[in-house]
Amino acid sequence: MRFTKKDILDIESLEPREISMILDTAQGMKEISERPVKKVPTLRGKTIVLFFQEPSTRTKLSFDTAAKRLSADSISISKSSSSIVKGETLIDTAKNLEAMKPDVIVLRHPSSGAPHLIAKRVNSSVINAGDGIHAHPSQALLDMMSVREKKGKIEGLNISIIGDIAHSRVARSDITGFSKMGANVCICAPKTMIPMGIESLGCIVSPNMETCIEGADVIMMLRIQKERQDNILFPTEREYATLFGLNKARLNLAKKDVIVMHPGPMNRGVEISSDVADSDSSMILEQVTNGVALRMALFYLVAGGSRHADSD
Amino acid sequence: MRIRIKGARLLDPGNIDDNKDIIIKNHLIEAIVDPIFDSKENETRTDIEIIDARGMIVVPGLIDIHVHLREPGQEYKETIETGLMAAAKGGFTAICSMPNTNPVNDNSQVTKFIINCANELGLSKVYPTGAITQGSMGNTLAEIYDMQQAGIVAVTDDGKPLENSNLMRRALEYCKGLDIPVFVHAEELSIADGGSMNEGFFATFWGIKGIPNAAESIMVVRDIALSELTGAPVHFCHISTKESVEAIRQAKKRGVKITCETAPHYFTLTDEDVKDYNTNFKMNPPLRSEEDRQAVIQGLVDGTIDLIASDHAPHSIIEKDVEFDRAAFGIVGLETSLSLSLKLVHDGFLTMAELVNKMAKHPAKIIGIKNDIRPGNIADLTIIDPGHTYEIDPATFKSKSKNTPFAGLKVKGSTFLTMVNGKVVYLK
Repeated sequence: MRFTKKDILDIESLEPREISMILDTAQGMKEISERPVKKVPTLRGKTIVLFFQEPSTRTKLSFDTAAKRLSADSISISKSSSSIVKGETLIDTAKNLEAMKPDVIVLRHPSSGAPHLIAKRVNSSVINAGDGIHAHPSQALLDMMSVREKKGKIEGLNISIIGDIAHSRVARSDITGFSKMGANVCICAPKTMIPMGIESLGCIVSPNMETCIEGADVIMMLRIQKERQDNILFPTEREYATLFGLNKARLNLAKKDVIVMHPGPMNRGVEISSDVADSDSSMILEQVTNGVALRMALFYLVAGGSRHADSD
Repeated sequence: MRIRIKGARLLDPGNIDDNKDIIIKNHLIEAIVDPIFDSKENETRTDIEIIDARGMIVVPGLIDIHVHLREPGQEYKETIETGLMAAAKGGFTAICSMPNTNPVNDNSQVTKFIINCANELGLSKVYPTGAITQGSMGNTLAEIYDMQQAGIVAVTDDGKPLENSNLMRRALEYCKGLDIPVFVHAEELSIADGGSMNEGFFATFWGIKGIPNAAESIMVVRDIALSELTGAPVHFCHISTKESVEAIRQAKKRGVKITCETAPHYFTLTDEDVKDYNTNFKMNPPLRSEEDRQAVIQGLVDGTIDLIASDHAPHSIIEKDVEFDRAAFGIVGLETSLSLSLKLVHDGFLTMAELVNKMAKHPAKIIGIKNDIRPGNIADLTIIDPGHTYEIDPATFKSKSKNTPFAGLKVKGSTFLTMVNGKVVYLK
């Protein structure tokens, strides 16, 4: 099979077989990071621009590491160093980047749909590294990779996602991805953080946390984004933790072999207690490791892999 | 020199609906006579220009009471001239310009500027609206009487709501005293909360912050209450939700002096049509659900919604070819309004006479002007070609801006001719 997508914009636009192909490729890439010399020449001579218009450490570092392990040249531009601060439009900035002939542009942007906007205007592949509250496909894919690695499958698993669904691009991509791959997705949050019509993305909304995590194979906790709320979505972190925090007692409601995930950065003691975050059930650091492999797979598939091959 | 419009159906609801010829002399309707199909007469008379309008419908001039002309201040989007050319092409003999220009039309100098420009052009007529508050900032009343003397026909802070309820009350009382109508942009900003499209599944799907129906209906209900308190008439602009329609329906039953308009996009499109972050589908209020669309149609059918206005809002690619949440609200509408509204007739929701009421008679009544086809009246007429089928193509727009969600849509019915003061300003 050949991977034919030019861009990775969201999970919605990926077929289940394409998701499987990405996960398979990523699994193969993982070994490279275990070597003493963590570098292969696969994308030598390819240029990857990391265009981050929002603060990010983990995602940017992960994409950067992935590019370097494949021998691509990666260049970073941040909001403060880009001409956006001088009033240039996103499309003009993207066209200027394009003129320097990069192979891939990785974009993080505070506006939903920004990667879609530039993908139509440039020949380079565009990978969405998070757009507004819309999508974070590489995160959802690495989550699926981590679950599949641990559980051997995704289909039929009970996935519970808890936290600020309304403002989370990770939640939207995870709900879409996991339900596309046949898992049962259940979400829970204060009602102020459940966006209208979310069930139609492929999940059920639980009335409370206990119902949501009962029998779960996977619990995914979302970060409470302190910077986004002015005590209008919930009163205090204390009360939030009481109602929606994942602690040992609640963890016991899930299946014995439950795995706990978090896209990071965590607020210890708010959405997740430290003993859970550091427990054997936690896959949080494994997610970070898989993130590099997954992003290597994305680069490989859009820039160096079978998309450009002459035949199958 | 006379003009004779021959062979058309003449439709002026409540006045005439018959196959008659109209004779126009100078700027006036001279006579309405039985049709004559004597071609010899046509050939021999040199002092009369014949307009062959067989198969067409002659109606009182259409009036769009909600148009953003952008001049002064944003001439790169639209000038008074291009806006009026678009109006003429759309079949509108007159429009009301919204005051949110730069500077804002909150004083008689700006009002006079607009009126003088329009008069010099000799295209469709402009009846300006003025701001309710200085700079439309919502703090202090503008000199409404002075602007009224200069020629405004209504006041509005359109583009934003008048948030301060007490100031709104006083504005209504003051305007009642001047006998000038108040147009309301109904939006509760705190609940709209910076959203960019209708709140619902599609906003969730695209990750776009939503604007709930209540953002509109809360203000509609408030201003119904203030109309009742003050006895002043209120006209609601661009109604888009079922809750607003229902609130207005009930208030009208109680005898509250309110009127309202909707725009063609609210009975043509829904939030499901907002796709791939296409900013030509972004306007305020946003495209609503199918249920709301049906409620708007029902409101038009039962008379709750008095009229159709386009909310013509030209924007250039500078404002539109950007991230969805950063794009300006608004679409152009002058050149698509009639065709889209005629679909209501084709679909059996409205009779042609009802449509003429909603696009010509009721708008005239609200701004207090005469618009009847009678001998001795000013010859402001629109001739509709009801059978003309075509595809909407923004490249053919007279408007400077092309921001329409209707590109490529196949529609039936268009303007054949627009006549203002007895002069043809548009002929297909």
